[in-house]
Amino acid sequence: MPSPQPGPPLWLLAELTYQCPLHCVFCYNPRDYSRYQRELTTREWVDVLTQARALGAAQLGFSGGEPLLRDDLEELVAEAHRLGYYTNLLTSGIGLTESRARALKDAGLDHVQLSFQDSTRELNDFLSHTRTFELKQRAAALIKAHDWPMVMNCVLHKHNLPHVDKIIEMALALGAEYLELANTQYYGWALQNRAQLLPTRAELEAAEAVVQRYREQIGQRCRLLYVVPDYFEDRPKACMNGWGKVFLSIAPDGTAMPCHNAGELPGLQLPNVREQALASIWRDSQAFNAFRGYGWMKEPCSSCDEKEKDFGGCRCQAYLLAGDASAADPVCAKSPQHEQVLRIVRQGQSPQPPALQPLVFRSNPPSRRSR
Amino acid sequence: MTDAPVSTPPQSDQLPACPRLARLFRLQFESAQNAWVLLYPEGMVQLNPSAAEILRRCDGQRPIDAIVEELQGLFQVEGIGPQVEALLQEGVRRGWIV
Repeated sequence: MPSPQPGPPLWLLAELTYQCPLHCVFCYNPRDYSRYQRELTTREWVDVLTQARALGAAQLGFSGGEPLLRDDLEELVAEAHRLGYYTNLLTSGIGLTESRARALKDAGLDHVQLSFQDSTRELNDFLSHTRTFELKQRAAALIKAHDWPMVMNCVLHKHNLPHVDKIIEMALALGAEYLELANTQYYGWALQNRAQLLPTRAELEAAEAVVQRYREQIGQRCRLLYVVPDYFEDRPKACMNGWGKVFLSIAPDGTAMPCHNAGELPGLQLPNVREQALASIWRDSQAFNAFRGYGWMKEPCSSCDEKEKDFGGCRCQAYLLAGDASAADPVCAKSPQHEQVLRIVRQGQSPQPPALQPLVFRSNPPSRRSR
Repeated sequence: MTDAPVSTPPQSDQLPACPRLARLFRLQFESAQNAWVLLYPEGMVQLNPSAAEILRRCDGQRPIDAIVEELQGLFQVEGIGPQVEALLQEGVRRGWIV
């Protein structure tokens, strides 16, 4: 059944490359990222940007992997700026030198989001399996020196939740306008490492209280965005603001996805910008229509009076936890599979350290094994 | 001027004499949405037509009175001062306007 004409894809995420100098244990890139070998060329990316802008995309994120590994980033930013996008660079900061920062500023880059793993060198470097803490500090200084608004992003989990005060202090000291405290979402590498990353409810509540205290203290100086850990909720997140509704993600090889984890879902014929025009991908493709609107829903979603609020939650989570991408997101207390989530959370409360299972760092050998 | 101590932070409902858009925000017309939008890091707000007309005039040069007068002339209406001020208050609260 065809869905009604979709609105424009307002948000374009350009995942320029899955290559990354970091090896973060919670990376959301697909486990089999090493499969995405043949990256789009500069000319192909410019074509994607032009087509998406014509469809109405206004926000553009250059992401990855590490987008600074593409030496045509400046050229792509300049083109995006000329097209009228608001351009966001989502980076680890590795590779941001004075000369590249200047070139990106000249190209019209609007904003930089810099990720940190922790407020301490030890944990930052351990979790990313690199020595990058000081490099990131320097990147932050460069971002401020070029007068970009800076969003700092820190993924939160069991190991750094107790330092959330220091993470906020660091963001304030570095002059960030926003700090995104993003509790780990369990997809990709993070799912693999879930037993080690999932905090206890008490750890979360303690961190939330700290965030609230800082909010009251610092007012508008730095906005603290706190992404709630959905395993601990009883209603699902409005994932992607609805499938195929506003969000369009392009993988390094040109695969177009309604969500950056859509590659994990079975039964989707993901289109590629090398083979199909973006307008037809967005409006007509099987993948973008699979969960668009409400027609695909099963009970308890289809008769739920909250379906227009959360769109049934996350399709990937439904597949990963309930084994059915059309099921209600098991985070929802109305889901027949909700007990699964409660069980996972309960296991995380046990005082026994989860050290029996090793942390898996994002890197090429385990990625190739997962193909 | 008041005799409040220097350390008192400015009231958030105080309006600047000549309002302007905060550095983080960019205002542009989007034909796909047939609307003016405010763009900021990883976000976008679609503006209704009257909000757009007001914000477009927040250039840090025009006093609020001049903005009100200009809009009244343009749309042949009277007494929109309170409406303009309410929108600007909201803009200050949300950090759009400084």
